[in-house]
Amino acid sequence: MSTLTRDEVGSETLLRLYRQMFLIRRFEEEAARSYAQGKIGGFLHLYIGQEAVAVGVNALMQPDDYFVTTYRDHGVALARGMTSRACMAELYGKVTGCSKGMGGSMHMFDREHNFLGGHGIVGAHVALAAGAAWASKYRGDGRVTVCFFGEGATNIGGFHEGVSLAALWKLPIVFVCENNEYSMGTPTERTLPQRDVSKKGEAYDIPGLRFRGQDVIEVMAQMREPIARARRGEGPTMVEVQTYRYRGHSMSDPGKYRTAEEVEERKKTDPVRIGHDHALASGATEQALAAIDASVEAEVADALAFADESAMPDEALLHSLVLAPNTEGDHPPPLGSYPAERHAGASVDADKVAVRHA
Amino acid sequence: MREIRYREAVREALAEELARDPRVFVMGEEVGYYNGAYKVTEGLLARFGPQRVVDAPIAEAGFAGIGVGAAMVGLRPVIEFMTWNFSAVAFDQILNNAAKLYQMSGGQYKVPIVFRGPNGAARQVAAQHSHSMDPFYVNIPGLYVIAPATPRDAKGLLKTAIRDDNPVVFLEGETLYAVKGEVPDVDTDECIPLGQARIAREGTDVTIVAWGRPLHTALDAAQKLAEQGISCEVVDPRTLRPLDHATIVESVKKTNRCVVVHEHWEHGGTGAQIVDVVQREAFDWLDAPVLRVHNQDVPMPYAVNLENAVLPTVERVVAAVERVTYKR
Repeated sequence: MSTLTRDEVGSETLLRLYRQMFLIRRFEEEAARSYAQGKIGGFLHLYIGQEAVAVGVNALMQPDDYFVTTYRDHGVALARGMTSRACMAELYGKVTGCSKGMGGSMHMFDREHNFLGGHGIVGAHVALAAGAAWASKYRGDGRVTVCFFGEGATNIGGFHEGVSLAALWKLPIVFVCENNEYSMGTPTERTLPQRDVSKKGEAYDIPGLRFRGQDVIEVMAQMREPIARARRGEGPTMVEVQTYRYRGHSMSDPGKYRTAEEVEERKKTDPVRIGHDHALASGATEQALAAIDASVEAEVADALAFADESAMPDEALLHSLVLAPNTEGDHPPPLGSYPAERHAGASVDADKVAVRHA
Repeated sequence: MREIRYREAVREALAEELARDPRVFVMGEEVGYYNGAYKVTEGLLARFGPQRVVDAPIAEAGFAGIGVGAAMVGLRPVIEFMTWNFSAVAFDQILNNAAKLYQMSGGQYKVPIVFRGPNGAARQVAAQHSHSMDPFYVNIPGLYVIAPATPRDAKGLLKTAIRDDNPVVFLEGETLYAVKGEVPDVDTDECIPLGQARIAREGTDVTIVAWGRPLHTALDAAQKLAEQGISCEVVDPRTLRPLDHATIVESVKKTNRCVVVHEHWEHGGTGAQIVDVVQREAFDWLDAPVLRVHNQDVPMPYAVNLENAVLPTVERVVAAVERVTYKR
């Protein structure tokens, strides 16, 4: 098993990771409040309790790498570096939001940070993520794609087809199942014939990995090899991170399918508190942590005010965002730009080519 | 101008665009080593290699999704469905991802992808393999839907589709692949604009609107009707979304009568849409109700006599034209 110590991560990084996790926590607590006030519509799926997963994975990734996730996407968006303002304004359905108010909570996107989206159809984004990885292999750009999904998604066809093709073509992607134990309101014993999701890679001949994901250092320690393997061009890994969401599936879910005792028990391994303790133990001062907390509070307050004050999208946007203006088709890159072209003809096994019937 | 078959025209468009733009690749079942289930992609693997002419396993939802993801990050995939019937299992990727991501991302991610393959009845392949899938796709904003009937249109429209920055549903036809027609010389680089109808035959008495395989049925009917002294103008919309209202309406204003011929079922779809457009935009010019000749409202049967009864035929088109001209 891969290990990583506090010292190896370093105090400065641990402070940064703690800040990210605390920001996600506070951002979402305030989003829940705004939802109750009617300022946010539709669905709102909170990531609270799972913060160490997105933050730990992102800590290992490069700015050029691609991220794809589910509708429970605020945590990944913020971990990736998207601003609280752009994310909160999107929840408020304002034109200043990251998706101009067209996507809402479930559909955050950010081209600048290579965040290919929060996706609302369970499992369908797994094949899409494999497509981003396919493009990286085609272009030889060295990027890695990470694709998050819940354990509930591992029952649907989109998941299996995406994993199967990624394994077949050894695509540079890491599949990260965030197993939070409930597929909406249904526990894993009633949804998964094989409750060890990491074993689902076996059928596709890719390695599996399973670990608890409440400690950000543990997430980093475990995720180093799957990401490195993808970057080496050796193909995908099926990672199952065992985690837990404190809130309901969405805001309309009171969570009556589980006991208060269960939730309280799980809060004992709270990722934000663990991150806080790591920072302290690594030598950060109480003052430094208090300053971080204050800066997060200020950032979230600023995001709320920004979202409140921003304009609604103009109706003109309705029609201008259906079809894209053509700008790229007429400007192909030079021939020979990609490794895919260098294999032309030469690598075809002529014996296997079907001969046309007379 | 030389004459080539429809399948060769599609192949030329693919080859020219593969040669022009390194971002373009072709992916689908049997497109490579097998040389294409309908030999459309014949020879492309040998010329462009397995990285750009990619054999995919039988996993339409999977490789359609691969295409969407690759398009989001800047490649220009051409995804072949062995037939459009099989796109049903990939419908979600087209409906929810290809067509929506540009809008949902606030315009950040374009999806320049072409989904292509044969559409409609392939003769005696029964209910699951005979769909005209166009009504399902024309309903979706964010897509172009194209259904070329001739080799020239197939080539020129496919080239434009591949260069477009938006998702395109490109409907060919198994019974069209052997159709011959005039096509400009290789490397003429004729790109036909999307969204423009074509007058396939000029006439004065009745406008017949048809696309894909039924265009040929309509042209045969028009020839027969000419012998009876009825002059038909045949309009081929070519692009079903967006639909070229102007050309259709202008023709109806001239002929005052309209018959729409299509292979999809009666309820909804482009056929019904054209009737709606004509009654809204040419109401005062109409001398008869707009009639439609279409597949009977049943799943496609296998038996040849029953299949012939389901599909639009020259006889049924002639009868409809006779009715709108009050000859019957």
